[in-house]
Amino acid sequence: MKDVCALLRAVTLALVFAASSAAAQEKVLKFIPQADLRILDPITTTAYITRNHGYMVYDTLFATDAKFQAQPQMVDKWDISKDRLTYTFTLRDGLKFHDGQPVRSADCIASLERWTKRDALGQKLAQSTESWIAVNDKTFKLKLKKPFPLTLDALGKLSANVPFIMPERVAKTDAFQNITETIGSGPFRFVKDEWVPGSKVVYAKNNDYVPRKEAPSWAAGGKVVKVDRVEWTYIPDSATAAAALNAGEADWWEQLPPDLIPLLRKNKEVRVENIDPLGSLGIIRFNFLQPPFNNQKMREALLYVLDQKDYVLGIAGDEKNGHTCYSFYTCGTPLSSEIGAEPLKGKRDFDKARKLIQESGYKGEKIVIISATDQPIVHSQSLITAELLRKLGLNVELQAGDWGTLITRRTSKEPVDKGGWSIFHTWFVGPDMLSPANVPMVNLGEKSWFGWPADPKIEDLRQVWFSTTDALASKKASDAVQVEAFRFVPYITTAQFILPTAYRTNLSGVIVAPVTFLWNVDKK
Amino acid sequence: MIVYILRRLGATLIVMAVVALFVFSLLFLTPGDPAAVIAGDVATADDIQRIREKLGLNEPFLVQFGGWVWRLLHGDLGTSIFTNLPVTKLIGQRVQPTVSLTLLTLVFAVLVAVPLGVIAAAKVGTWTDRLVMGFSVFAFSVPVFVLAYLLISLFSIHLEWLPVQGYRPLADGPWPWLSHLILPSIALGTVYMALIARITRAAMLDVLAQDYIRTANAKGLAPRAVLTGHALKNAGVPIITVIGIGVALLISGAIVTETVFAIPGIGRLTVDAILRRDYPVIQGVILLFSGIYVLINLAVDLSYRLFDPRIHY
Repeated sequence: MKDVCALLRAVTLALVFAASSAAAQEKVLKFIPQADLRILDPITTTAYITRNHGYMVYDTLFATDAKFQAQPQMVDKWDISKDRLTYTFTLRDGLKFHDGQPVRSADCIASLERWTKRDALGQKLAQSTESWIAVNDKTFKLKLKKPFPLTLDALGKLSANVPFIMPERVAKTDAFQNITETIGSGPFRFVKDEWVPGSKVVYAKNNDYVPRKEAPSWAAGGKVVKVDRVEWTYIPDSATAAAALNAGEADWWEQLPPDLIPLLRKNKEVRVENIDPLGSLGIIRFNFLQPPFNNQKMREALLYVLDQKDYVLGIAGDEKNGHTCYSFYTCGTPLSSEIGAEPLKGKRDFDKARKLIQESGYKGEKIVIISATDQPIVHSQSLITAELLRKLGLNVELQAGDWGTLITRRTSKEPVDKGGWSIFHTWFVGPDMLSPANVPMVNLGEKSWFGWPADPKIEDLRQVWFSTTDALASKKASDAVQVEAFRFVPYITTAQFILPTAYRTNLSGVIVAPVTFLWNVDKK
Repeated sequence: MIVYILRRLGATLIVMAVVALFVFSLLFLTPGDPAAVIAGDVATADDIQRIREKLGLNEPFLVQFGGWVWRLLHGDLGTSIFTNLPVTKLIGQRVQPTVSLTLLTLVFAVLVAVPLGVIAAAKVGTWTDRLVMGFSVFAFSVPVFVLAYLLISLFSIHLEWLPVQGYRPLADGPWPWLSHLILPSIALGTVYMALIARITRAAMLDVLAQDYIRTANAKGLAPRAVLTGHALKNAGVPIITVIGIGVALLISGAIVTETVFAIPGIGRLTVDAILRRDYPVIQGVILLFSGIYVLINLAVDLSYRLFDPRIHY
């Protein structure tokens, strides 16, 4: 029997080898992405998978490095006028789009103008912008109406929406409509003919790409491509993805659920690592337009009873993959602090919370938590919060559907008995929550993100932060925003967690960064 | 016969039109908004509203439905809201994997199940019969995904004979194509096999009790000839019916199999489109399914004549 098995195995391997001998000529990195790539336009959507696709295909003028500094990427030289109102940028030599056309100032200006229509930080930049002027094909100027100290940080924004540079004809597309052509100047070319939405995305090395000389550091530095081709194969089932990695059918699985870590750790040819130094933050968001969370005391009550350790275990399964974060900004980053965090950090106090609920005048109104069972990070938070609110004696109903339903339903401003909601949960990657510029901190009422909080004091303090020009002042201003946020409670951070990555030991050069980058990776 | 076929094909168009109206209405009423999915998690309500306008989702029901029907009459199933690719192209990319999986499953199930059912009927009441029926009950009870994981664990991880996941087109060669479909076909076909085996056994037992079988046995025909030449042919109508219904079941059952084995087929396309509210894709796929179901039923009805010449249309 053993002989028969060995023979069958040998025949199988021989046939597979024969069939794939042509493909074996080139170095192919087989990658299982975190999600399916559906939308190719990194400006119309903030989906992280589209952002990652953007980093493959496009390049940026500036890029954030591991020290949170914006470093020139496509830009060779830049300077700022003494009045801080005029920036002049000169592009590097040899920048070319995948169709062979050179990257020009006009392409950069059109791309940035489109980006500023969609991105929150980009919109802030646009409010301060007087004009973009092309001096020549390689040099252009940004003229500001008033100084905007975060200009370079905005142009080097690490996470969605990233100000990627596209050809002018593509960037002229309406900012609310998807682009139809995927042409960038980045390190990889998108092979559209081989794209099977829901299954496979193929990128080929861009042989015309001229990397910077510096070593890679997060999105900055040299983007040296060491493989000929990258194939993203989306495997929706986690157990199958684990089996594919174990069997060597895939080289790298971007994000794995915590329960499969022990299984993959048993394989000596697979390395399970946390390569995301920032992790992600889970949050609770309230509906500020409807009772009972339109009352500040109700939101404050939750600060006294919410135990982040429960959420860490619920989301990450193990304390090794997460930790508490008593800050509105990603812990471990320059602006994070625990100032004002005593209600969230101190001993859990149900009596205090019940007292606050009583003071709020809560009369047993139904609290509807909307959740999505197809999003484990969202649903695990929802279950924990529902249990917590029940322990406080509140009238809670957990209404679980799918993510598509949740993100539609959360647009409703109606009371809960007319399809509205009281609480939803979501999560953001660390780079999206670095500062008071983060989206859930916006407090402009109906112009804010879902939940529509309105705290003029937070907005005033945010404006102060936007105008700070040095690190000390920036820290002081962000602390002030946080102190007010712990009073008003626009949202609550539930946990900081890391979804580990797993790759086979024949890979080297994996970049440690909050975003998955596929340059610098070599395969033996 | 030709008139009957033409009449049935005409009815197919009516069924598809009713399905189209029903699906369009259902999607219009179902909660969910593709604009919200496109915009992403940090978009504002204003962003979503502007994307809705660009996509024409704010138009009244009749305008949207009318536009869709008009394009449909011109052979245009529309464009995916998310990928910007034509629905026909998306379906075209997925047809080969699903058809391959379905056909291979069908062949595997019928080739195994019909002989098993015949043997069980011929040896009714014996240990062979009990073994076959016990196996059928087991195969019918095991969920597809459980069997799929067991097969992957044994044949892909431990023995390393077959790939874990994915699909290779036939153009890449017969073995790469087949090797990626063996495990999915077994996983998907086992339930189907159990169903056919049980129906075959029941139909055969019914036929074997008939007078003409007793006559055939009495005149000295070999047992195998009686079983295959007389009994099986006359038991064919219910078996063909269940195979026909089974094909429809296979297409829907393929969703789980395609997900577990990461096969880019129509089933996964449908589920993904529903989760994202990609309306043109959902409508296109459901129209395709309804057309296939009606045509399969027609083919089953026509095949009855092969087994029973008394049937006329």
